[in-house]
Amino acid sequence: MKAQPIVAIKNISMKYQSPEGEIAALENVSLDIAEGEFISIVGPSGCGKSTLLNIIAGLITPSAGEVKIKNQVVNGPTGMVGYMPQRDQLFEWRNIWKNVILGLEIQKKLTEENLQFAEQLLKNYGLVEFKHKFPSQLSGGMRQRVALIRTLATKPDILLLDEAFSALDYQTRLVVSDEVKQILVKEHKTAILVTHDLAEAISMADRVVVFTSRPGTVKNIYTIKLTCASKTPLGCREAPEFREYFNKIWKELGVRV
Amino acid sequence: MSENRQKKTVSKEHEAYLRQLKIYKYKVLGTQIFLLISIIILWETAGRLGWIDTFITSQPSRIWKTLVNLSQEGTLYYHTGITVMETIVGFISGTILGTLIAIFLWWSNFAAQVLDPYLVILNALPKVALGPIIIVWVGNGIPAIIAMALLVSLIVTIIGVYSGFAQVDPEKIKLLKTFGATKLQILQKAILPASVPTIISALKINVGLSWVGVIVGEFLVSKAGLGYLIVYGGQVFKLDLVMTSVIILSIAAALMYKAVVFLEQLFLKWR
Repeated sequence: MKAQPIVAIKNISMKYQSPEGEIAALENVSLDIAEGEFISIVGPSGCGKSTLLNIIAGLITPSAGEVKIKNQVVNGPTGMVGYMPQRDQLFEWRNIWKNVILGLEIQKKLTEENLQFAEQLLKNYGLVEFKHKFPSQLSGGMRQRVALIRTLATKPDILLLDEAFSALDYQTRLVVSDEVKQILVKEHKTAILVTHDLAEAISMADRVVVFTSRPGTVKNIYTIKLTCASKTPLGCREAPEFREYFNKIWKELGVRV
Repeated sequence: MSENRQKKTVSKEHEAYLRQLKIYKYKVLGTQIFLLISIIILWETAGRLGWIDTFITSQPSRIWKTLVNLSQEGTLYYHTGITVMETIVGFISGTILGTLIAIFLWWSNFAAQVLDPYLVILNALPKVALGPIIIVWVGNGIPAIIAMALLVSLIVTIIGVYSGFAQVDPEKIKLLKTFGATKLQILQKAILPASVPTIISALKINVGLSWVGVIVGEFLVSKAGLGYLIVYGGQVFKLDLVMTSVIILSIAAALMYKAVVFLEQLFLKWR
């Protein structure tokens, strides 16, 4: 496992300035992520999980430390990172096809090859007949799939999932997270998922990173090994180890209401 | 799709429900027409029987006669045309200019903050009060009237469209940024298309406001237009002319509003 990490997060600290004072969101966070790995980050609300994603995406500059993606220091958005927002954020005035090629349009990469790739993704994931429909005509699960394809179309190396399923109802959520995981495995993508849902985190990830409350630091990292036949997140919830991980991480989080 | 669903599930109850719905709709429409006709008949008979003084209230038959006369002279089309033209130019330029200024404010947060109190005051100010200043500056004619119409709708447009821009989901902007979008691309791909409904509703409001601006402008300066006919008719006590002009005005205003609604449906077919 000690190959060159695709994402190297090194001693990241982040302080937000406001008229009321300084808020330390992250403190000395270091984490290496291997290619093809699925990482879940869990932690109490406001522990800076989303801040970390924003830093990896190059949207904000950390107060200290650096993030390297494929050995390149991140200082601004790069085409290497794809972002999946909380709601699908499909553009309602664009049809599905126009939504899917949004990223390519922005990056001025509307080549024949890329368009074919996008079309293929739609075909592979059963959405090609909805190409000319508008987002309002699709179900929540389908919309989420379109959002994922929109991200994949620009061929990012790393996907950032910022509570990407939290806006869906519970049943849809289980199905969609299953689908997304399978798509990511098939496309060999590295992914970082920020979530509040412990079960989701454990069932999808290779490693679960637990954050402390603000300022967020890495408290513990669990390597998840579930013995299950189906290898899908939904199926893996049946694995005997699932409960153990769940209880351990639950205690680690020390949730007090 | 909805047609299919309807065809499949037309049960007896549903049919009855639909019929009831239709009957209700016709009832409303029928009453509306009845009300209009009753007012016209009542007005006419009241005039004929001498209940009211038709010299100051006019009368449907006299309005009709005036309308026919004006139309034969050709002045009807001339005056209506001028007023409609002034209004269209006024509200379209008000909407475009207002949107452009809103884009500028969105682009520069600093400018938005600096200009905020000025916009608040200008918005509160009755723009009609600026009429004399406009006449002095722009001159005594159609340009002054258009300037008036523009001024009445401009500030409302700026404030409305700008706040529409601010309501675009920040997550959408964030998504575009992760793709590496520039500020211009964010404007093109998210802010403007997301604000089309806001801009069209500004257009709807501006149609009404521009009529106010144009008519007030015509009251003040013009030698032509429906506003001029109304003022002229009032001064020489030709109430027939005043009433006729007001009726043409209301028809023109309604038609223009309908045109904007049609435009809205054309642009917002994704809804």
